[in-house]
Amino acid sequence: MQTEPEIQTESGEGEFIRGTSLWRDAWRRLLKNKLAVFGLIVVIFITLASITGPAIIKRTFGFTPDYIPTSEPALVKSFPPFRGPNGEFSWKHPMGTDNAGRDQLARILQGGQISLFVGIIATIVSLIIGVSYGAISGYAGGRIDNLMMRIVDVLYSLPYVILVIVLLAMFRSQTPRGQLILLFVALGSVSWLTMARIVRGQVLSLKNQEFVLAARATGVSAPRIIFRHLVPNTLGPVIVYATLTIPQIMLTEAFLSFLGLGVQAPLASWGSLAADGIQNIAIFPWQLIFPGVTMALTLFSLNFLGDGLRDALDPQMRTI
Amino acid sequence: MILLEVKDLRTYFETEDGLVKAVDGVSFQLQHGETLGIVGESGSGKSVTNLSIIRLIQEPPGKIVSGEVILKGQDILLLPPHAVRKIRGRRIAMIFQDPMTSLNPFMKISRQLMEMTQLHLGHTRSQAYEHAVKMLETVGIPDARTRANSYPHEFSGGMRQRVMIAMALSCEPELLIADEPTTALDVTIQAQILELIRKLKQETGTSVILITHDLGVVAGMTDRVIVMYAGKIFEQAKTKELFARPGNPYTKGLLRSVPDPTDEQGKLYQIPGLPPDVAHLKPGCPFAERCERVEEICRREFPPFVELTPDHHSLCHFANEVYAESN
Repeated sequence: MQTEPEIQTESGEGEFIRGTSLWRDAWRRLLKNKLAVFGLIVVIFITLASITGPAIIKRTFGFTPDYIPTSEPALVKSFPPFRGPNGEFSWKHPMGTDNAGRDQLARILQGGQISLFVGIIATIVSLIIGVSYGAISGYAGGRIDNLMMRIVDVLYSLPYVILVIVLLAMFRSQTPRGQLILLFVALGSVSWLTMARIVRGQVLSLKNQEFVLAARATGVSAPRIIFRHLVPNTLGPVIVYATLTIPQIMLTEAFLSFLGLGVQAPLASWGSLAADGIQNIAIFPWQLIFPGVTMALTLFSLNFLGDGLRDALDPQMRTI
Repeated sequence: MILLEVKDLRTYFETEDGLVKAVDGVSFQLQHGETLGIVGESGSGKSVTNLSIIRLIQEPPGKIVSGEVILKGQDILLLPPHAVRKIRGRRIAMIFQDPMTSLNPFMKISRQLMEMTQLHLGHTRSQAYEHAVKMLETVGIPDARTRANSYPHEFSGGMRQRVMIAMALSCEPELLIADEPTTALDVTIQAQILELIRKLKQETGTSVILITHDLGVVAGMTDRVIVMYAGKIFEQAKTKELFARPGNPYTKGLLRSVPDPTDEQGKLYQIPGLPPDVAHLKPGCPFAERCERVEEICRREFPPFVELTPDHHSLCHFANEVYAESN
């Protein structure tokens, strides 16, 4: 963002009444929505925990998420956290361990990093590509718009899950990191379609407003009109949709990882942890329950937050 | 000296209903420092004429079919798009009808003003900012330095129109096109805005084209008037002459439909009928169906553009008679 030049307020008391901006207004409305606030808090908490958690565990207990103990006996027998060698109470593995003896909590937190990262990166990709594509298409109109939107339609109609699976299977990478990058590409390449449609629709209705004509009449160039005048005006719906895209992408990632196409061990994501856990669901149910609940809670929270943002940014939409 | 010359301008729109000849053979000249009024009913082609001048017609469906728009010897219609962009805002500026929608709601006032001068005069940010504040002061916005950082929604309609005027005049254009600048404002604000335009015009020497359907505004503001109807110029004269001696039945009808506060008349005159559908014009005079003195020839033949005096033209078969009668 560019910064405004220095502005001195010259009114005598040194204060002037600040107008309520759209964002301030929206923020206030968001805070009134209990579910959205709950969602926001949970999202912030889980994000912070994922970022700092593995490091804290390393300091406290001295093991990393991918540490496989060799000396300790298997610690998976009873429900966590009761899991000393003889079944006594111990906070060492509050969520138990997985089959290999890795600490479940550390893995969930590390998995959270990857799950959130995948969701956010794919959403940013969808923001950049989708917003530009939709805005250009909508502003150009006519034949160009038609062509650009038919391309989107074609991409839409491809069976996207199969496409991603084929892509991931074809270029299956040897290293976990390579696989992760492939996952980003696969998710990013399809996540922008709906965003493009939403932005195009917005721009179509905005471009006929007089301020666009006024900007054209002052000699502003088309790219500048699109990105300086039109795109900021679409920001409300874009933010809402982006917030709702994150959980959607995370769910897709979990689904792909669950199928074994996504994140590979020793890296973990909530989807791959759930996939590991389901093998032992009858004996060690917590191996599925903990990653599953964490993911569900996060997705719920993100959706609540997205809904809250929609209500806050578009007050006319509300029924009451 | 002639600033702008429009010759035989034709702008057509391709619609499902057929070819709409929104502007059909409009020619006029504008002198340096002159204020030209363009009046006419809704849909008479006033706005399209002016949008055509700076090539802002949406293509498709619109198309400037023929004509020349010569700004100081340079035909704007022949210029490449980037050259036209340099004229817009720099040499020809526009003010629009509805100040509520003609400012970008997401940009601070200062930024919208700065965009103009940064673009056309190559100002740096701080230069442009100072210029913006100065322009806001010029158009009479109190506490301009503070208000410059407001968003459009914090301004009233009249204030926004002042901002629009500040924006339009910030590059000192040679021509200001005001497209019904006061239609959306209430009467007291109208007077202020018109007074402001007149004052700034005197200070800067800008020529003005004022589009309106308010004959009172035309009488008070303009040097010359063009009366448009169905995409054509029906009458063109000096303002005083036009009001004193109209040479066209349509102009006469318009003048009669202005309420006269000194005369307690029972009923306000109105021209019967509706403006014609410009997609399906009949061969004769487009005003024939509504004209009081229509004769057979009007329905059959398109009227000639009669020169009543060197400065006064009228599109009517009976222009000379009407002119003589109205004395």
